[in-house]
Amino acid sequence: MSATTEIKKAVVILFAGDSGDGIQLTGSQFTTTAALYGNDISTFPNFPAEIRAPQGTIAGVSGYQLHFGSEEIFTAGDACDVLVVMNAAALKANIKQLKAGGVIIANTDGFDPKNLKLAKYPDGVNPLKDNSLEKFTVHEIDVTKITRTALADSGLGTKEMDRSKNMFVLGYIYWMYNRSIDNSIEFLKEQFKKRPELIDANVKVLKAGYNYGDTVETPMNRYEVKPAPVEKGTYRSIMGNQAAALGLIAASQKAGLTLFYGTYPITPASDILHELSKHKNFGVKTFQAEDEIAAITSSIGASFGGSLGVTASSGPGIALKGEAIGLALMLEIPLVIVNVQRGGPSTGLPTKTEQSDLLQAMYGRNGESPVPIVASYTPSDCFFGAYEACRLAIEFMTPVFFLSDGYIANGSEPWKFPTAAELPELKVSFAKNELKEGEHFLPYKRNEKLARQWAIPGTKGLEHRVGGIEKENETGNISYDPENHELMVKLRQAKVDKIADYIPLQTIDNGKEKGKLLILGWGSTYGSIKTAVREAIAEGYDVSHAQVKYLNPFPKNLGEILKSYDKVLIPEMNNGQLIKIIRDKYFIDAKGLNKIKGMPFSSEEIKNKIIELLK
Amino acid sequence: METTTKLTAKDFVTDQEVRWCPGCGDYSILKQVQTVMPELGIPREQIVFISGIGCSSRFPYYMETFGMHSIHGRATAIASGLKATRPDLSVWIVTGDGDSLSIGGNHLIHLLRRNFNVNVLLFNNEIYGLTKGQYSPASPLGKVAKSTPMGSIDHPFNPLALCLGADSTFVARSMDRDPVHLREILKRANAHNGTSMVEIYQNCNVFNDGAFEVFTEKGTKKINTLFVENGKPLVFGENADKGIKLDGFKPVVVNLADVSPNDLWIHDEKDQVKANILVRFFNTPADENPLPRPFGVFYTEDRFCYEDAMNAQIAEAIESKGKGDLDALIRGKNTWTI
Repeated sequence: MSATTEIKKAVVILFAGDSGDGIQLTGSQFTTTAALYGNDISTFPNFPAEIRAPQGTIAGVSGYQLHFGSEEIFTAGDACDVLVVMNAAALKANIKQLKAGGVIIANTDGFDPKNLKLAKYPDGVNPLKDNSLEKFTVHEIDVTKITRTALADSGLGTKEMDRSKNMFVLGYIYWMYNRSIDNSIEFLKEQFKKRPELIDANVKVLKAGYNYGDTVETPMNRYEVKPAPVEKGTYRSIMGNQAAALGLIAASQKAGLTLFYGTYPITPASDILHELSKHKNFGVKTFQAEDEIAAITSSIGASFGGSLGVTASSGPGIALKGEAIGLALMLEIPLVIVNVQRGGPSTGLPTKTEQSDLLQAMYGRNGESPVPIVASYTPSDCFFGAYEACRLAIEFMTPVFFLSDGYIANGSEPWKFPTAAELPELKVSFAKNELKEGEHFLPYKRNEKLARQWAIPGTKGLEHRVGGIEKENETGNISYDPENHELMVKLRQAKVDKIADYIPLQTIDNGKEKGKLLILGWGSTYGSIKTAVREAIAEGYDVSHAQVKYLNPFPKNLGEILKSYDKVLIPEMNNGQLIKIIRDKYFIDAKGLNKIKGMPFSSEEIKNKIIELLK
Repeated sequence: METTTKLTAKDFVTDQEVRWCPGCGDYSILKQVQTVMPELGIPREQIVFISGIGCSSRFPYYMETFGMHSIHGRATAIASGLKATRPDLSVWIVTGDGDSLSIGGNHLIHLLRRNFNVNVLLFNNEIYGLTKGQYSPASPLGKVAKSTPMGSIDHPFNPLALCLGADSTFVARSMDRDPVHLREILKRANAHNGTSMVEIYQNCNVFNDGAFEVFTEKGTKKINTLFVENGKPLVFGENADKGIKLDGFKPVVVNLADVSPNDLWIHDEKDQVKANILVRFFNTPADENPLPRPFGVFYTEDRFCYEDAMNAQIAEAIESKGKGDLDALIRGKNTWTI
């Protein structure tokens, strides 16, 4: 039976199932295919902290939300049009996310009495049977049974057969949205090249899912989402952590330095390590240290020797690195500290996103210890954020924080990537021995940027000692002199302040340059704010949007911008951190909009606040 | 024109005033290190001294080489990153018993198992000196110190047993009071390819004076110490009249008059089992039937160094994939054009 095809501008699909159901893979496969087709896209994986949380329970539900369209897309979508659920718990956990009139694709095998009980539905209640879903369109498919039937002759055991269930769903969704399955077939061939029998099985089930749509006798609509009218050019799909890794490699290559990445595994930063460790042919040295402290101190050792030292972690790990960040700051050597933020404090919410480490980056050390901060705001911007952090670290001989968070780190989007030649120059000149007879090397003598020279071991005549104890200006010798200490504290601060002369001015992303309301965002709130402000402007509201990327120091014109609006709203996924710094520095009565639920803002939440403030 | 003049110990002295307490064992160690350096034939600019925090950790300021006085316990980890990226450098870690066995204990054991080609000089004075006299993880049980007025109830580490447990590839012990022996051990440490672990008994004459005097002072040294040499029998005593024999795995002190030299334990630096027994000679003369405290190189092993394996993987990756092409990396495998 032939289905009718309806044109859609944008669709949000949420895949949900047990954390062992291969949900992340299904979602990322559809993402790649949609991106290759030319849709604009934004994704948000949402998974439990446990690798194998109790099967069938709400705690074990893994989700992958993707928003794709023929128009520009800035967020993973507030609510979804299609909800794919592999079991009862997945339905229960996500039904609130589904728009009225939305489509549910349910694996009926996941709604047997055992699964219903695990999902804590009352005895005898099955949501597929009790009309509770009547405002939605429900497609019930016994995915498990069809998959097993398709693989009856494969020689695989039941457990192995069941692992291909996600391919059935993927094939079915491909059919629904008129997408080719070729890209996923290529992927499966690569993924299972060592086990050809699994290639055959997965491809067979993928095709079965696609054909099921074609042959099944249900009135089922197909949808068409045309390519988005995005800027002309060549694109790829990129995730934030991957982009950060590429940005670090790019910086090291442009600077002609060895990239040394000292780290300790931690969610959600580990994927940067995984990515970097694949690129040893760029001379990248990844070092999985024994703990967070060794991760950063080994990077300091590498930087001392003339490499580009980078360390990464998430909040709790960054807390452990605090003393060593202070050392790098005293040594005045380049070091990039990546913080892929997650919910805190303490262990907090390891797999959920939050922006609550800004004050930690700004102030979380002993003594007067200013550290520059760069924060990326989209997955692809993590490339430029990481690159920029490296540039500042090298040019100013300082540790630099690069802030990302779980949302953009794991989220993906299409990226009109740059060529290597288009990237800003990164010049490194190690100190040379230009001393005249009888002259001593002065390791803490500064240039016009107030940066000292990078004098690396192996340079004859420049032997010198550095350390964490306060040092005499220029000579670097130990000094307890009161006047000198004050001078050095002021110099280190002045150096960080000086960076403001070497970063771009703040721009207005959308809206007028003067007006009633400015939304000032930072980090991953970008997409939600962008969408909300766009809609509000279209509806006639006087609202503008600026996203700050340089958080220490701020761009020189930020104060002027803030004073050009009657009101300033700062939405943050924390209890109010940027707002404290802004109020402190610019004495303005900024208002906060705070969400601390481990989830990104929906654009609706921001838009409602805009309307409230402009009433 | 540059001339290659032979360096002397003086060339390794900095213009900084040495600020250890008068009479501190560190002075002798500094002197021996500065004396040995020119003999190693390494250009000064290729040498890096890295330390943590503590009295001993002031050491780099007094060495006319590259140096870093870092933070408490982390010199080992800093040196790991430096050596990983600069295998060409001669890297020396200077640490104390508090710095390396307490706050930096974790980094020490991981440095040893990874076997970076660096040298560790562990100045053991069995006390916290810089913080003015608290007991350390190497202080003996019952030690009365500022923080233990009723005596320490912490069972102490046997530092070299810990190092062997971490699969150290070079384990040796020397002392501040025996310059000739110390210089010899320093040269051996430098020559070893891998992490060279040298424990140096060092007297803190202010907070723990005489901690090792039974091993270091003339009147008692000979009867309480055992200086091992590869291939030679374990002999000690006032007139070299005693030896060590193995009874199964149990070491026993024998009078040379009573046994044939062939029955004595012959020191073999490559024998890990025997090295494990040797580092467990941890008695003091007050113990019943004490074994003498051994000094010398107890164990050496040829094992690949981390930095070499790291570079080999990079070379292999370049060999198989070609040298990295930045544009290809940024572009990735799947692209589309609009």
